[in-house]
Amino acid sequence: MKLFKFIILSFFLGTLIADATAQEVPVYNFRQLEPLLNKRNDTTYVINFWATWCKPCVKEMPDLMKTNQKFKNGKFKMILVSMDFDIHLQTKVIPFINEQNIEADVILLNDSKQHEWINMVNEAWTGAIPITIIYNKDFYFFREGEITFSELNELITKNLKQ
Amino acid sequence: MKRSFLILFLSILSFSYIYADSYQVGDKAADFSLKNVDGTMVSMSDFKDANGIIVIFTCNHCPYSVLYEDRIIELDRKYKIKGYPVVAINPNDPVKQPEDSYDKMIIRANEKGFTFPYLWDNGQQVTEAYGASRTPHVFLLEKVDSEYFVRYIGAIDDNSKSPADVEEKFVENAIDALIDGEKPDPDFTKAIGCTIKWAD
Repeated sequence: MKLFKFIILSFFLGTLIADATAQEVPVYNFRQLEPLLNKRNDTTYVINFWATWCKPCVKEMPDLMKTNQKFKNGKFKMILVSMDFDIHLQTKVIPFINEQNIEADVILLNDSKQHEWINMVNEAWTGAIPITIIYNKDFYFFREGEITFSELNELITKNLKQ
Repeated sequence: MKRSFLILFLSILSFSYIYADSYQVGDKAADFSLKNVDGTMVSMSDFKDANGIIVIFTCNHCPYSVLYEDRIIELDRKYKIKGYPVVAINPNDPVKQPEDSYDKMIIRANEKGFTFPYLWDNGQQVTEAYGASRTPHVFLLEKVDSEYFVRYIGAIDDNSKSPADVEEKFVENAIDALIDGEKPDPDFTKAIGCTIKWAD
């Protein structure tokens, strides 16, 4: 009986722990995403557009995670906007998040009107991914293409609000 | 302070460098000679009877390119007879992206039954001249007195994921406009795509 109780207890504990670490990935259209690109407060945001199928995006992910790890306890928020299709949420995006141990927020952007919203993210964006935006109310940075930890670290350290 | 000015100066310099080198709508497009998957060399001047060319930078590996393969075949089928054939160019460096090697291009072209040339931009000079920045990336050219001019730059249509949900067929509308002697509207669109894999 004791053993039985133990098994039940570990089962519940196991579910609890799994729930605490499991990442919820909301599916947004651009109208829902847009406010996150235009906050005007003390927080410094890093917004990265990526996809599991995008080789340079996958390559730079460890650098992004290292950055998030370093700054996450300050006035800082990292949001990873996935360009994967919504049908691949369970089969590709969630497994990738678990494999890479991604702690930053992940949002899946499901909005086919790319030719309209790409310019609303940034006029200089051609549409290729990855892109990284770093911003707060006094600072703005945009990069199309890969970014490294040392670049992120320098830009954030300089501009982070205390 | 000096350093940040230098960085600012360098970023402006590199920014203008990238954009100065890209074709804009209205620019004259230079001819090229690139190797097709059948082993022959293909140039724009080979298309004696064409009224224009649908140049599409695309490749094997990019999921967005794959999503458009059937639509590119359909574009060629529909518009070759109207004087606007498709010419596909793989812009990627095969060392950086082995799936886009010349041998794999031949395999893919045969699997899909491409009805158009699928050219390898060995050295990436044509990609650089056009200023293609992603795959797929369309440059619609119109022939005027044996010279080619860029009339539309951008996406094939407004829904990469689902052909059934397309509302605007940008390239088709642009060609129809040219055939009617009008200017394409829009003549520039954006879409999500894969980066060009440049050689180191």
